[in-house]
Amino acid sequence: MSFLIQQTLLYSIPLMIVALAGVFSERSGVINLALEGIMIMGAFVGVVAVRAFQGMQFFIDAEANGSWMTLQLTGLAVMLIAAFAGAVFSLLLSYSAISLRADQTIGGTALNLLAPAISLFLISLIAKQTTLNLEGGLNSADLFMLKRSTLGIEPTEKLNFFTETFVVKNYPATYICILVFVIMAIILYKTRFGLRLRSCGENPQAAASLGINVFKMRYAGVTISGALAGMGGFVYAMTTQNCSANGDVAGFGFLALAVMIFGNWKPLNIAFASLLFGLLKCIAVSFSTLDINGDGIYLLKDKIHVSSYLYMMLPYLITLIVLSLTSKNSRAPKAEGIPYDKGMR
Amino acid sequence: MNNKLSLLYRKDGTQKFLSSLIAILLGMVFGSILIAIVGLNDSDIGGKGVFDGIKLVFLGLFSTGMKDGSLTFGFNPSLFGDMLFRATPLIMTGLSVAVSQKTGLFNIGAPGQYLMGTTVSLMIALSIPASSVPPVVIWLLAFLGGILAGALWGAIPGLLKAFLNINEVLACIMTNWISAILTTWLFDVSRFSVFRGPATSAMGDPIVLNGSFKNLIESTKSAYVYMTNYNNVATAKLGLDKLFPGSQVNGGILVAILLAVVVYIVINKTTFGYQLKACGANRHAARYAGIQDKRNIVFSMAIAGGLAGAGASLYWLSGNTEFAWQTYQSLPAVGFNGIPVALLAINNPIGVIFSGVFMAMLNIIGTRLKALTAYNEYITDVIIAAIVYLSAFALVIRMWLGGRKKKKEAAPKPAEPAPVQPAAEKPVETSDPAVSEEQKGGAQA
Repeated sequence: MSFLIQQTLLYSIPLMIVALAGVFSERSGVINLALEGIMIMGAFVGVVAVRAFQGMQFFIDAEANGSWMTLQLTGLAVMLIAAFAGAVFSLLLSYSAISLRADQTIGGTALNLLAPAISLFLISLIAKQTTLNLEGGLNSADLFMLKRSTLGIEPTEKLNFFTETFVVKNYPATYICILVFVIMAIILYKTRFGLRLRSCGENPQAAASLGINVFKMRYAGVTISGALAGMGGFVYAMTTQNCSANGDVAGFGFLALAVMIFGNWKPLNIAFASLLFGLLKCIAVSFSTLDINGDGIYLLKDKIHVSSYLYMMLPYLITLIVLSLTSKNSRAPKAEGIPYDKGMR
Repeated sequence: MNNKLSLLYRKDGTQKFLSSLIAILLGMVFGSILIAIVGLNDSDIGGKGVFDGIKLVFLGLFSTGMKDGSLTFGFNPSLFGDMLFRATPLIMTGLSVAVSQKTGLFNIGAPGQYLMGTTVSLMIALSIPASSVPPVVIWLLAFLGGILAGALWGAIPGLLKAFLNINEVLACIMTNWISAILTTWLFDVSRFSVFRGPATSAMGDPIVLNGSFKNLIESTKSAYVYMTNYNNVATAKLGLDKLFPGSQVNGGILVAILLAVVVYIVINKTTFGYQLKACGANRHAARYAGIQDKRNIVFSMAIAGGLAGAGASLYWLSGNTEFAWQTYQSLPAVGFNGIPVALLAINNPIGVIFSGVFMAMLNIIGTRLKALTAYNEYITDVIIAAIVYLSAFALVIRMWLGGRKKKKEAAPKPAEPAPVQPAAEKPVETSDPAVSEEQKGGAQA
């Protein structure tokens, strides 16, 4: 059970944060198809940053002494770097979509093509192969995971359910992401800035008539979106890809888009949707070794004879079905995808 | 003469063409800048490496190898043949995107349609024993099966768009990933009855396929599906292999060109094509004029899907291509590259032939970069992405071209033709070889 919850969280958290990234962009009126590309960029820059830190003396010392606080702070710094990279990368989208009023779908697609191309180009030059790993064959877990040893717990000591599930073998980055998610959701819904941002996605002309700078708001929306997606990309690489970058996030950006639609563009629904999709992803990945109640029986593999591919497919199928069922009363922002034109008032 | 030139310059088509050329040129310049930045910061590459890299970006198609540490250039038939071979699926996915664009739909689902076409045509091609059915018939069946599979897959977002008004981009993204997983699933579990193929192994014995589409005969190949020539199914070469010795080219490119012409005729010369375009221009006005908009939207997406599926069939039925069936984590780049192909051709089916060949040329350039320099093939993906990004605001480039024209009109007349020359000539220098050679190739065949 602990394993299932932990794994589900690992997959859900990046989904959650990237789906919220999508919300910020779409609520401001710009369709962000580039989530996948921005995630790839964030993951790549993040891994490069970790490798850079690995060459610094303070990091080597911290690694040798096992001072996990320093390591975690570095992890946090890398998350910020990845967020910054994502924000900068997303400026390409905002420039074409907002300033030049170009087709947002094509712009997003271009970014989705650009991110893997650039990162693979550089990865191949750095690593002479298509995957960029940590220096010295280190694992992500060695650096950033909370382990029994880091907390000073004996290997044999029996732990209560809470510690077992939510502390040991967890990445603190997960909780930072949840915190960021909550803060950003509050900003979007409970602040003046959030209200203004959302108004630009519903009726930009009306918003402009009340003195709101639609261009600025949309730039803000896409940039925040880029930052969140970049951070999500690195968190994904760190927690599920062993801190490696290979110019690919296995469609997670698109899955996040599905989460956003399934969650009807609302943060709380998105949180639940990402848990559901994360669970399905987790089931699909650890299908054959999933022992839910710890009795040595692999329930899914041996008892329920359903292919693991079905679990992989379900998120997309569910999204399609939800799209068809709710197409009449979808809460999609009204002005999304339409370039802002002052003269349309 | 001057008057004619300026008329030509002012024509809508010319301006579209110029804006595409500018996008291509800027994309290649961007790639070259990246090569220079990376190369100058890397002591292993150095100035000469940078120069070689940039030379290859522009002239890679004519590269014949390396002699005494410097690149040699000339006509290289195997590169040309491979370019035409790789252009085949690109032209088809490009057509797919272009047709849907005519109806105002953005078909980002080409990768999924391509995958479904791949799956069905490979399964048909491998599971009908060539000992009892002539390979040509199997090829045709597989080709049609691929088209049908792609069409059905494309029809799904079409139906959702027409009847439930669901954004086709979102529906396509979902169906893309469903097809990526479905393909893996199908190839993982499917079995066909064991038969003795007529094809013979190197030892001279007939090959006994083992009932799985996965290539389990050759070790280390289980991640791939059998090549179709295991079942003696392969696209006819039609003499093109004589023309371009040492390359993979086959008759598929001619089929692709033929289909492009057919699409051009259907779109521009028939009532049906007019209806499709009318729905794209204004769905409601079209309905008011008595055109069944819903039906046309579904048809448009189905045709788009069928074209992408046909591209997949043409590529994988060649007999010498191996399909890696574990696609559940990534979508085929060929599908997405249909978008730049269509964008560069401004959705003109005939233009798609040339832009498809151009994209394939970039692809070949990538392989040359990897083979001959310290750089790798991904730089061409960067160039493609940059071109897509620039095509996104092709409208701005066009406005800029048009705007400059207007200013010139206001100026005294003799100055008029002056800006035409550099604008028209510069891009031609770099991309014309590919285009003109392609024409030659087509004419000879």
